[in-house]
Amino acid sequence: MHIVVCIKQVPDSAQIRVHPVTNTIMRQGVPTIINPYDLFSLEEALRLRDQLGGKVTVITMGPKMAIEALKKCISYGADDAILLTDKVFAGSDTLATSFALASTIAKIGETTPVDMVFCGKQTIDGDTAQVGPGIARRLHMQQLTYVAQVEKVDLDKGEIVVHRRSEGGVQVLATKLPCLVTMLEGSNVMRYGSMDDLFRAARYEVAEWDHKAAGITVTAQCGLKGSPTVVKKVFAPPARAVKAEMIKTEGKTPREVADALLTSVFAKHPKLEMEIGQ
Amino acid sequence: MAEKFDAIVIGAGPSGNAAALVMARAGMKVLQLERGEYPGSKNVQGAILYAEALEQIIPNCRRQAPLERPIIEQRMWVLDDESYVGSNYRGTKKKDEPPTRYTVIRANIDRWMSKKATDAGVLLICEATVLDLIKLDGKVVGVRTDRLGGDILAEVVVLADGVNSLIATKAGLRPTIKAADVALAVKEMHFLPKEVIEQRFNIANDEGVVIELFGKITKGMMGTGFLYTNRESIALGIGCMADDFKKGGVTPYDLLDAMKAHPAIKPLIAGSEVKEYAAHLIPEGGYKAIPQVHGDGWVIVGDSGGFVNAVHREGSNLAMTSGRLAAETILKLKEEGKPFTAQHLARYRAALEDSFVMKDLKKYRNMPEIFHANPQFFTTYPELLNRAAATILKVDGIDKKTKEKEIAGEFVKRRSRLGLLGDAIKLVRSFR
Ligand SMILES: Cc1cc2nc3c(=O)[nH]c(=O)nc-3n(C[C@H](O)[C@H](O)[C@H](O)COP(=O)(O)OP(=O)(O)OC[C@H]3O[C@@H](n4cnc5c(N)ncnc54)[C@H](O)[C@@H]3O)c2cc1C
Ligand SMILES: Cc1cc2nc3c(=O)[nH]c(=O)nc-3n(C[C@H](O)[C@H](O)[C@H](O)COP(=O)(O)OP(=O)(O)OC[C@H]3O[C@@H](n4cnc5c(N)ncnc54)[C@H](O)[C@@H]3O)c2cc1C
Repeated sequence: MHIVVCIKQVPDSAQIRVHPVTNTIMRQGVPTIINPYDLFSLEEALRLRDQLGGKVTVITMGPKMAIEALKKCISYGADDAILLTDKVFAGSDTLATSFALASTIAKIGETTPVDMVFCGKQTIDGDTAQVGPGIARRLHMQQLTYVAQVEKVDLDKGEIVVHRRSEGGVQVLATKLPCLVTMLEGSNVMRYGSMDDLFRAARYEVAEWDHKAAGITVTAQCGLKGSPTVVKKVFAPPARAVKAEMIKTEGKTPREVADALLTSVFAKHPKLEMEIGQ
Repeated sequence: MAEKFDAIVIGAGPSGNAAALVMARAGMKVLQLERGEYPGSKNVQGAILYAEALEQIIPNCRRQAPLERPIIEQRMWVLDDESYVGSNYRGTKKKDEPPTRYTVIRANIDRWMSKKATDAGVLLICEATVLDLIKLDGKVVGVRTDRLGGDILAEVVVLADGVNSLIATKAGLRPTIKAADVALAVKEMHFLPKEVIEQRFNIANDEGVVIELFGKITKGMMGTGFLYTNRESIALGIGCMADDFKKGGVTPYDLLDAMKAHPAIKPLIAGSEVKEYAAHLIPEGGYKAIPQVHGDGWVIVGDSGGFVNAVHREGSNLAMTSGRLAAETILKLKEEGKPFTAQHLARYRAALEDSFVMKDLKKYRNMPEIFHANPQFFTTYPELLNRAAATILKVDGIDKKTKEKEIAGEFVKRRSRLGLLGDAIKLVRSFR
């Protein structure tokens, strides 16, 4: 079984701020992490590999520094990693990103056919949740989104059963391989890799692919050229001017506290008191 | 794990990085294990870097290392509750004489130094914690880590795991560190625009200031405070002996808050944004607290050996130097084909004794005890000194001679004549 896991290196959004004057995102000095959702999909892929045999290949499209994120995936136990990096990919929106990733996966499949692709549900920086479905559509794969758990994969029958979270509850879905899964958070816990895997990661040379290596001959669908999305404006929502108010009371019992609360509300809105009284 | 190494270095702080780099550069097969996410992620320092110690390991370091500002001015302040008496030294940069002290940010400098080590061939594994040493017939032959399949063997193990050195204690190589021999320090990073810092401290864009703080800010405990200028931030912190904290009931962050509110400090950090808060131990027991530093198959370097000169706030340079000396000893023994026995590794101890590391620590060997037992140096004297200054400087119609008498009388009243003499002798002894 060959599984490809797509990961994205993202700025640690807990530490990111929007510049108050220029309204641009201040990325400088913000540490990068692997998109948290992608770790759940990597762990799910590793579990399937451990169960059924085969291999896990991790890919990302991004700048050179994304090598660190890929090496980290090796240290968790992934077998191979490929960095898709090329100037022509700069400025990709979700359309161009999924085109580039789909081409790469197709190319990888020429050597070892791909049975499954894993993506995170969404990223914590772009937040669109469009890339996974975009890849599935292009590769004519079945797609299962918002997956909380992969229940079973039957390689002989070429079948997969998953639990998908939906608004009303949990759907148990079955479909055919090859398929693409996007994983929800909290579905599993990333393993603590072995010393062998740490050694392998420290010595691993990540393969770097440009557009040609990924089998892309025409670059019109890549990068800025292939990205119809335009960012018109970025802004930080202004802090709310209204401050919370503390209502002071000497009272201790629930009755006294409730009374103090009502008194203060009615003091502000005398009409309300009148209306209730009528 | 079947793979064997010539040397394993535990820890990727300045001492471990120095040792690993020097050994790998000479062709040894070195494994370095660090429990943090990356080198420097767990480390705390003021931080002043002493460039000479680094220069000995990485020539031309000043041109490559991520340094913040060279120090051109040193201020020493003795603080009373609301005032201070201070001295300043301000020099100028000389063309043919490079500065020796720079402010740095540890996460940056540690990563930079570690990159030099991995470039030289060190295999660095982060996020792996060493739990214990593996011994065979009393000789250290490897380490046990918290990872699956994590036993790794080597000819020699360098313990560079920092002040607590739990591993050395667990393996019975040294006693548990005592609260009387370590200081607990807290530190904050206050961010301010570059121009604001330069204006407030009267410096140019490539100049920095150090303020060492002493006196009532430590509330009678043995300790000091500091304030350093980085490029776009101010590092400030305060530390006292751990056993003093235990006795006194004052918390470290109380001390730091009070220090930040002192009228002399407050305007220097006004309007800043605090982005980091850290706490760390510093081994300050001095010469007398240094444990056995070598044995069969192992050596101890840096903070884990207690190599910190608290008086001059030097630690990272002793760490780098001890790491280098240990590595050089190991290389020499390897070249001579000698095994890494306690007897042969004793050369490392000799090299330490011969260097500034042990010479400086020896010089101040009495200081920790004396200051620890005499809190008047941290309370009464700073107060008296500040009052004396205030008295002399006040122009109120009283003649100067009367004022001098009043000041002298105050000193005698507070400490007695014998007490003053005793304190003077103690001060001299502590520096010798
Ligand atoms: C408003 C807006 C403005 C933007 N502006 C710019 C810009 O100016 N310049 C710029 O370069 N980018 C910009 N981007 C980012 C870029 O368009 C997206 O980050 C990118 O297309 C991926 O979309 P996403 O992050 O929403 O991923 P999602 O669709 O939320 O990601 C789902 C999953 O797809 C996979 N995935 C996503 N991206 C990658 C990847 N690169 N490699 C491997 N797997 C991946 C992961 O498994 C991920 O969990 C912008 C995005 C938005 C929403
Ligand atoms: C507040 C403060 C201010 C200071 N100011 C200065 C200053 O201005 N100038 C100066 O020169 N010195 C200063 N020092 C002292 C200086 O920081 C230390 O002397 C120096 O960091 C010692 O280096 P080291 O490599 O021995 O230890 P550390 O830097 O502590 O490195 C030890 C490393 O070992 C790792 N480790 C620990 N246990 C394990 C384990 N079991 N397995 C794997 N890895 C492990 C740790 O994660 C850490 O990275 C200051 C210290 C403090 C706390």
